[in-house]
Amino acid sequence: MSSAEAAAPIGVEWRDTKRYAWLLGTIIPAIPFLAWGLVEWTGSDLFWYFGPVFVFGLIPLIDLVVGRDPNSPPDEVIDSLENDRYYRWVTYAFIPLQYVTLIWTAWMLSQPQYGVADKIGMALSAGMVAGIAINTAHELGHKKESHERWLAKIALAQTFYGHFYIEHNRGHHVRVSTPEDPASARMGENVWSFMPRTVSGSLRSAWELEKKRFGRLGTSHWNIKNDVLNAWLMSVVLWGGLLAAFGLGILPYLVIQAVVGIWLLESVNFLEHYGMKRQKLESGRYERVNPSHSWNSNNIGTNVLLYHLQRHSDHHANPTRRYQALRDFPEAPVLPTGYAGMIVLSWLPPVWRKVMDKRVLAHYDGDITRANLHPAKEEHYLRTYATASERVAA
Amino acid sequence: MAKFVCPSCDYVYDEAKGEPREGWPPGTPFAELDPEWCCPDCGVREQQDFEPLDDRASSTNR
Ligand SMILES: [Zn+2]
Repeated sequence: MSSAEAAAPIGVEWRDTKRYAWLLGTIIPAIPFLAWGLVEWTGSDLFWYFGPVFVFGLIPLIDLVVGRDPNSPPDEVIDSLENDRYYRWVTYAFIPLQYVTLIWTAWMLSQPQYGVADKIGMALSAGMVAGIAINTAHELGHKKESHERWLAKIALAQTFYGHFYIEHNRGHHVRVSTPEDPASARMGENVWSFMPRTVSGSLRSAWELEKKRFGRLGTSHWNIKNDVLNAWLMSVVLWGGLLAAFGLGILPYLVIQAVVGIWLLESVNFLEHYGMKRQKLESGRYERVNPSHSWNSNNIGTNVLLYHLQRHSDHHANPTRRYQALRDFPEAPVLPTGYAGMIVLSWLPPVWRKVMDKRVLAHYDGDITRANLHPAKEEHYLRTYATASERVAA
Repeated sequence: MAKFVCPSCDYVYDEAKGEPREGWPPGTPFAELDPEWCCPDCGVREQQDFEPLDDRASSTNR
């Protein structure tokens, strides 16, 4: 067995057709520059808003046109694929580009010739980069190498979201698809009420996790080694530096880009586990996370731009696995389109529920009691989707 | 001193080394860890899921 495994990679004919496509991810930090180029070229100030148009218009359109991604690496090549360092450099490259864009945007925001509407557009476009940078941080923060974990924190500094690295890995991954997880959306919950719950719950969770760790260490958690505090300190230094260099006037726009970035990330959290619930075992523990607990999408466009984040079932089964080696599970539940298009759908809760609730129900074979239900809507759902036998009994 | 492996990601808890960052100083016996302490690398499995690691297997495979 072990000798066959060792010999397999040589015999297996599999090529990563996306190998060079992964470089397209570095287009994202270029969004604000593209916006500026379009404004200069056309003379229309509307193009300052190119960022959101690109992410919520163009990317979903690309998904619909280009379609799905049939390519999954076979088990035999996973190890060699993970050890191919080219792939990590693709993700590392994102971060200097992200910072060039941020500093350039801050400089642009300090220029007197631009009006408030222009600057709001610049901040929104920078926010798209900020949000997708959280995705890059997510990929790096899961890795065992300490330099990659540091890079994750650096990528998170722009949005003041450094605590995400703690909460996501040690909180969300442990409690995923349970009612206790602030970052798993419940069926019937809309994205607008999910936002305050996930943002405040994740913050509290990150703080508690570090507090617990320092409790074991026997020292105070008010400590520079507290990963929540040192990550925030990085943001204080970054924002402080930008304000010192470009003036206090850019502060409102820095806040806007951070809020937009956080919104983008938490919107993805909203759709990744909507309505999914792990069942409780007799031991009182939850069943282990399996592919049925995450929503997947296998569209090529968003797959490439989000480093396979949408192969989310494999990610939760193997969180330390590198993006290029994640596989599509045919048995895992699938969203009707890519993550970007689904975010647009989330803005209209009635449409979202119309599209998604029947899919959650079908996923649980019509048994609504197995879904993670929003407490305020629980009664309504139980009544609406009671099975025929339950209705007779009642 | 024994070693225990996370069944999900191959993280190894080595009693001799402990895991100081997590609050387990070198020499902390596996049995004294919090059963709900989750794997510091993957977060998928907890102490109570870890499996004893055979020393011979560790030197040839890991
Ligand atoms: Zn593990």
